[in-house]
Amino acid sequence: MTELAIETHHLRRRFGEKVAVADLSLAVRRGEVFGFLGPNGAGKTTSLKMLLALITPTAGSGTLLGRPLGDRAKRARVGFLPEHFRFQDWLTGRELLRFHGRLYGLSGAPLERRAEALLERVDLVDAADRAIRGYSKGMTQRIGLAQALLNEPDIVFLDEPTSGLDPLGRLLVRDLIRELRGRGTCVFLNSHLLGEVEATCDRVAFMKLGRVVHELDLAAEPSGLEVELRLEGGSDAVLAAHGTVLARADGMARLRVDGEAGLPALAAALVHEGARLYAMTPRRRSLEATFLEVMGEDQRPG
Amino acid sequence: MSALLTVTRLTVHEAARKRILTATLIGAAAFLVLYAIGFHFMAQRVAQEAGPSVMRQRLLLNFLALAGLYATHFLTLMTAVLLPVDTLSGEISSGVVQTLASKPIHRSTVVLGKWLAFSLVAVGYLLVVAGGVLVISRLIGGMTPPGLTVGLPLMALEAVVFVTLSISGGARLSTVTNGVLVFGLYGIAFIGGWVEQIGTMAGNVPAQNVGTIASLLMPTEALWQRAAWHMQPSIMRDLQMTPFSPASLPSPAMVWWAFGYTGLALVAGIQSFRRRAL
Repeated sequence: MTELAIETHHLRRRFGEKVAVADLSLAVRRGEVFGFLGPNGAGKTTSLKMLLALITPTAGSGTLLGRPLGDRAKRARVGFLPEHFRFQDWLTGRELLRFHGRLYGLSGAPLERRAEALLERVDLVDAADRAIRGYSKGMTQRIGLAQALLNEPDIVFLDEPTSGLDPLGRLLVRDLIRELRGRGTCVFLNSHLLGEVEATCDRVAFMKLGRVVHELDLAAEPSGLEVELRLEGGSDAVLAAHGTVLARADGMARLRVDGEAGLPALAAALVHEGARLYAMTPRRRSLEATFLEVMGEDQRPG
Repeated sequence: MSALLTVTRLTVHEAARKRILTATLIGAAAFLVLYAIGFHFMAQRVAQEAGPSVMRQRLLLNFLALAGLYATHFLTLMTAVLLPVDTLSGEISSGVVQTLASKPIHRSTVVLGKWLAFSLVAVGYLLVVAGGVLVISRLIGGMTPPGLTVGLPLMALEAVVFVTLSISGGARLSTVTNGVLVFGLYGIAFIGGWVEQIGTMAGNVPAQNVGTIASLLMPTEALWQRAAWHMQPSIMRDLQMTPFSPASLPSPAMVWWAFGYTGLALVAGIQSFRRRAL
């Protein structure tokens, strides 16, 4: 069994004159939570649809779970929540899950059990026998999420899963993604909500104008940590002994240290020297800063 | 197979919930009431005027029954076109179809499941309305047209042709374009049929050929004419005394062509849905 859940080489999709995706080359490992970032119109949804074979690429090739894109049998191992999930709204939540479960090849008692468990997981037991027409946006999104997990997939594609959700709903999605990771399910998350991605993803790719322009490993130890100190006193020598001083002003210092592990020793040394330490704040470079840098100045809101 | 039936079952439910079905059923009910009243008065008059000639009475009542079946044919074709006209195009534009097409099923299953469902509903509609007409003819006029075992299946085939075009067109066209196209084809067949009849009566061969070409483009009118031909006594056909007794009966080969036409339209619909970016 291959280690890669998704592997694509130079996927490209043109719609008439417009190139929606110019070059999509990705490698996503099994079991990882992969964030796919980019401004609106960058080609994220088209990319995802190519991976799901909803759209045929104009050029390029790829595999999903070790089989060529579009392999029908492998789709039994795939879950998908489209952006703005919608379905026949006269069905009840439970009927919707039954219908989709049957398309996954489930039936009888196992299907009923699975549907019941998922209804509970997405907190829709009370609304299960009501028509989806009466659901709020968040409830619709949650039943869609349950629909994507019916087959206990090996990989789940989520296209903007938290759009339209309130903070509680977002938390639920975040927890679900963590659970999926714990079970070894690969999650491919399309999003432009950086906070969401930062909180859940192992790795992210940035897409701009139809190309992957940058990849970032969020799970890896950050190489060095910036820490900001507010203090009175404290010699440069002590600071320099624990890291590289980046800035020094009255009552403030910023330095780069090897990692979090060195922080207690730095604090102890400063206190020992008689300095008064008011605050010590590690700063990880935020995803937002990276995003803005990667996208560059030429990007305007999409 | 089970995925096909799953899609079919959902689609039958969907069709049953559509306002259009309710509307056409109300239309059919109104028609049947009017038909019953009209039939009652006509039957009385026929009894007075035809006098002792049982044969003449019977022919007039059969003509009335055929007129009722003609209205049935028209109501059925409206239903067969309008009910499924947005099933693919609508679900493609709303994105509903994405969750279906990403499941481990053939895309053709989506099309075939819908086709089966709407065909069943359209034929069911035909049988209900035609059943109403026949019951009224029997109860009030005391007669039943002959040849129903051939005529009704031909009308059912006609309904299936309309369903097939309406669904297959939706795989590529927008809802409105699709509807206009299918009714346009119906118009061609209808006019073509009349040109053929008039051409035959006038002995004009090119006009007859126009009719044949129209039937090849859209065989539904030919199916109705053959159905009507079967559902009347032979003397009525020979006398050509009503619009339902054509001077030029479409060839039986047209029935086979209708089967082939349905198959081709369905395959074309499946192919274009398979290639369609969803």
